[in-house]
Amino acid sequence: MSVTAAPAGEPRRRSRRLRTVRRFFRHPGATGAVVVLVLLVVGAIFAPLIAPYDFVATDMLARLKPPSAEHLFGTDLHGRDIFSRMLFGARYSLAVGFATVALALVVGASVGILIGYTGGRVDEWGSRFLDVLLGFPAIVMAILVVAVLGVGLVNVVIAVAISHMPRFARVVRGAVLVTKEQLYVESAQALGASRLRIMARHVFPNIVPTLIVLGTLDLGNAILGTATLSFLGLGAQPPTPEWGAMLNSGREYMRYAPWLMLFPGLALFITVMAVNLLGDRLAQVLDPRAKDRA
Amino acid sequence: MTYFLRRLITIVPVLFIAWTLVFLVLQVIPGDPVNLMLAGRPASEEVRANERKRLGLDRPVLERYVLFLANAAQGDLGESYRTRQPVGTMILEQAGPTLRLALGGLIVGVVVGIVLGILAGMRPNTWIDTTCMMLALAGVSLPSFWIGMLLIYVFGMTLGWAPIVGGGFAALILPSITVGLYIAGGFARLVRSSIIEALNQDYIRTARAKGLGPAKVVLKHALRNAMIPPVTLLGVQIAVLIGGAVVTENVFARPGLGTMLVQAVLSKDLPLVQALVVYTTAAYVIINVAIDMLYGLIDPRIAAGRGA
Repeated sequence: MSVTAAPAGEPRRRSRRLRTVRRFFRHPGATGAVVVLVLLVVGAIFAPLIAPYDFVATDMLARLKPPSAEHLFGTDLHGRDIFSRMLFGARYSLAVGFATVALALVVGASVGILIGYTGGRVDEWGSRFLDVLLGFPAIVMAILVVAVLGVGLVNVVIAVAISHMPRFARVVRGAVLVTKEQLYVESAQALGASRLRIMARHVFPNIVPTLIVLGTLDLGNAILGTATLSFLGLGAQPPTPEWGAMLNSGREYMRYAPWLMLFPGLALFITVMAVNLLGDRLAQVLDPRAKDRA
Repeated sequence: MTYFLRRLITIVPVLFIAWTLVFLVLQVIPGDPVNLMLAGRPASEEVRANERKRLGLDRPVLERYVLFLANAAQGDLGESYRTRQPVGTMILEQAGPTLRLALGGLIVGVVVGIVLGILAGMRPNTWIDTTCMMLALAGVSLPSFWIGMLLIYVFGMTLGWAPIVGGGFAALILPSITVGLYIAGGFARLVRSSIIEALNQDYIRTARAKGLGPAKVVLKHALRNAMIPPVTLLGVQIAVLIGGAVVTENVFARPGLGTMLVQAVLSKDLPLVQALVVYTTAAYVIINVAIDMLYGLIDPRIAAGRGA
């Protein structure tokens, strides 16, 4: 955590932010990643306007058609346009990824701040508990949670979030332990600020850069994890155009219609790659140490 | 020696907490296990009561918990709702294929990871470095189920180079690559930074001053010292291997623990789910302790320092 210059005036703060943004875009990979992600988000938001076909409309005369000018990415078993389905699928993959990370981040950060700031026995047992949770392979833990909650996309979000939560908690705990020793926290204590106020006003803002970096670095894994569960048949169910579920229904026709699995997988790969590039670059620019701790 | 013993004892509380969690989680599952077991077949109240008694479900939770822990420690975790076989036997039968797959994935991951990491680390910030690191990033960004399908399509179906069914060694090649690529990605990045750090040390300068060639410097001197952080990562990667096996078995329609787990969840075969999670965590914890002990072999300074 860098020590902030005491009276950081508005113009100076803005120029520093601008410099950070410039530094971020100096990396060609990061620039490409941002372009890809912006395109994806725009595609997802305006899917109803861009999609050439209705994503549920079946056409029995155009079943399993290879990619052509008419159907950019071909059609599936029911004659549905794959490109249109994928545009709507981007909504699911992105929303599900963000929701998963947000949930894991909120719960994890709360746990981390709580045990890190309280310290003592709470920290000791809390950390041990987190270690045990980290010992579960994420996907096995997520599958276990799905076993309890039942199959479905919302439950998959909860399951993957629970399996990712311990990592956030542990990193945040570490960051809190460092922040706790800073002079300004001590002076807040001396001024008689309550514990909750210190955590919310003084400790939390200082770990925000770490959280942003961690969240971005985790987003790719969250998208992959939720898509994996859908692929295994535990998440989104057909006819939902979620990419993992599309891959699952496409695999039976792989030999005759490889485009069924080619395009949704490619979209997933490009999305996760872009998110990971973004996370790497953010880590370099915002918080060089966050990556090693993750 | 005391170090090893002390390390072994730490396994106990971890397993205790993990198994308690599993037990609690499965208590929360809605629905009567007997109903799940009957799977919709009609049965009289009497049959149900008998079945509950036989499964020990009529006893208080605390008693069942203690019994569960005692049985788990002895490796007895009940019988499957679906097949009525002891779950321990079922898991043992399926463990072989999964272990072979995990080992194959590990070999692919470590070899590819070390090669990429060394290439990148020897010439940091050059185009070689950038290319290797982009490949590594692609490795962790590839959906393993998708790369598995691509491999099946290209090398199995179209080119016919590798078999995609069967249990032999050749049939293990494509699944191993599928599992290994993700591990290779993470491994390569760590090897790279480790190598860069090691190459800046004094003993490397000495080795170079002696007139050793770059290959010898890296392989004999830098690599050995650079391997500690990646080996630590290996412990964490065991979890990734297990997860990778779940997905890869599914894609390649291979038998194994992963296939079993997914089927058990879909058919709500709770004892089987419970047993699989219990064994997986046990394996994970034990392997991690074993890796800790491995440090001592790679770097004798650690064992000497800790064992004293």
